[in-house]
Amino acid sequence: MLRFLNRLPVFLLLLACNASAELVIDVQGVAQPTPVGIVPFGWEGDGPRMPLDVAAVINSDLTRSGRFAPIAENDMLQKPTDGADVDFDDWSILGVEAVVVGRVIQTGENAYTLQFQLFDTFRQRQLVGYRMPASRGTMRAAAHRAADMIYEKLTGIKGVFGTRVAYVTAEQRGRDRLYSLIVSDQDGENDHKIMESKDPIMSPAWSPDSRQLAYVSFEGSRSSIFVQTLRTGNRFQVSNKPGINGAPSFSPDGRKLVVTLGGVDGNPDIYVLDIRTRQTTRLTTHRAIDTEGSWSPDGRYIYFTSDRAGGPQVYRIAANGGTPERVTFEGSYNARPRLSPDGTRLAMVHNDRGNFRIAVMDLETKNLLVLSEGQQDESPSFAPNSDILIYATRQRGDGVLETVSADGLIRQKMASGQGDVREPVWSPFPRF
Amino acid sequence: MSYLKIIAVMMLSALLAACPKTQVPDPEPTDVTYGGDAGADTSGADSSGMGDGEYFGETVEELGTVIYFDFDSSEVRAQDQDIVAAHAIELNERTFKNVRLEGHADERGSREYNIGLGERRAQAVRQLLMIQGVDASQIQTVSFGEERPDAIGSSESDYARNRRVEIKYTN
Repeated sequence: MLRFLNRLPVFLLLLACNASAELVIDVQGVAQPTPVGIVPFGWEGDGPRMPLDVAAVINSDLTRSGRFAPIAENDMLQKPTDGADVDFDDWSILGVEAVVVGRVIQTGENAYTLQFQLFDTFRQRQLVGYRMPASRGTMRAAAHRAADMIYEKLTGIKGVFGTRVAYVTAEQRGRDRLYSLIVSDQDGENDHKIMESKDPIMSPAWSPDSRQLAYVSFEGSRSSIFVQTLRTGNRFQVSNKPGINGAPSFSPDGRKLVVTLGGVDGNPDIYVLDIRTRQTTRLTTHRAIDTEGSWSPDGRYIYFTSDRAGGPQVYRIAANGGTPERVTFEGSYNARPRLSPDGTRLAMVHNDRGNFRIAVMDLETKNLLVLSEGQQDESPSFAPNSDILIYATRQRGDGVLETVSADGLIRQKMASGQGDVREPVWSPFPRF
Repeated sequence: MSYLKIIAVMMLSALLAACPKTQVPDPEPTDVTYGGDAGADTSGADSSGMGDGEYFGETVEELGTVIYFDFDSSEVRAQDQDIVAAHAIELNERTFKNVRLEGHADERGSREYNIGLGERRAQAVRQLLMIQGVDASQIQTVSFGEERPDAIGSSESDYARNRRVEIKYTN
């Protein structure tokens, strides 16, 4: 399904891909996308076609970035699969600024080589050429990696097509609600259910090596914090104290969690929890609600939400303790702080004239930029390249996910396949 | 009187049926604590059949078990003070009984902050009970924040129904 809409000065491209995926993605670009050519890959191997249409994955990745507009296959004047066969005039006449060609070569029963080349059609030179091994199981990841390399070459920004997102869904099943913790590729494909429960699941958080998720579960009608290894499904309960056990977030070294504990008297404060020893160190002591702690990427500070001044605002405290310092002053409600991985910007939920929206503050200039347009937007999470954020918004009563570029220019809707989707968190970069 | 007993038994079985089952294998038997919590005494009440069942049913029917709150407030309203007082009498007379105060918030704003707001409401009810002599050991609190709305919707009246504390007897 491909259709064009007129909205704002430039055109928007809405693309719904693979209906079987949990998430269906629409792009709403407000920047002028660059025309590129992604030529269907050549296939050298058994059978009529390759295990995965690699060019289609790259095409979809670049389209969803909002920065590129791959031309239709029908419009291509030539379809080379090797760089030596590229006729630059055939592309520059179409206004195509970059072209990708490649092929998949079978080298064993379940062994392939994926190779591609990226060309600048105006300067008529190769920008990158790369080949990598793949199996049927890793072909999709290899295609995303190729898209990442192409994206970085063309924009100077590291691609995040090889990353994943975790999120929570809630579905009504008769009189029960079923809560699920899902991990999928960043494009919504390849989704896996990590955990499900009839009691709420909240606040997923990635470990820095992206091998584990911490989350809050209310199984047994009380809150507790778990750390679960994705590969094995094994999990450990790391906090099960009386009252609130909430808002886990990993330290940059992965050894600690910042958590919110309420205690019997129910006064939520920020604690640091050593994952191995389960020892907790209290960081804040205040009658107010202190919660939603999150480490700065350099590990020096913990940013958190506190309503010690009345309404919720963002504060920060040295990770080894000290006096909290207020960070946000604009507006009556600023909560759920998350720092960009490059440490320059702070994302938060911000009350914008009665609407809860995602805003990003430049830590140096203190300028606040509202990025979303909903009424109930929440849970902002930066992509590991600091250039895009994912968050939850509402559409006809249900929670859906959106991404937005950190400059606010490119927004994508990811319509949910099932139930109420919330609390998206973007994984770190994968480690190869 | 006997239909009250039936209601009591129905409510107990509903409580039991609501027991959550986690589908993921868990190296630590975390569900066991929960099973014991709701399981032991209620199954006893079940097997005692029609003997003294009226007491539980009447209590629940007469007292009201949900306290509602104003926007951004954790103050128990004047008209609800009586409900809390009645539960205080109940818990003082039957010190073997325990309650779980489940605090909730409406959906606006950040989820974990709303956990804090729900807890604040549960604590307000807890304090009221304790001022009236209820022992701290009889009271457990949990906040579900905005995760378990009573009304699914985004109108003011939905929000008002969701800002609440539910008083639940766990034995």
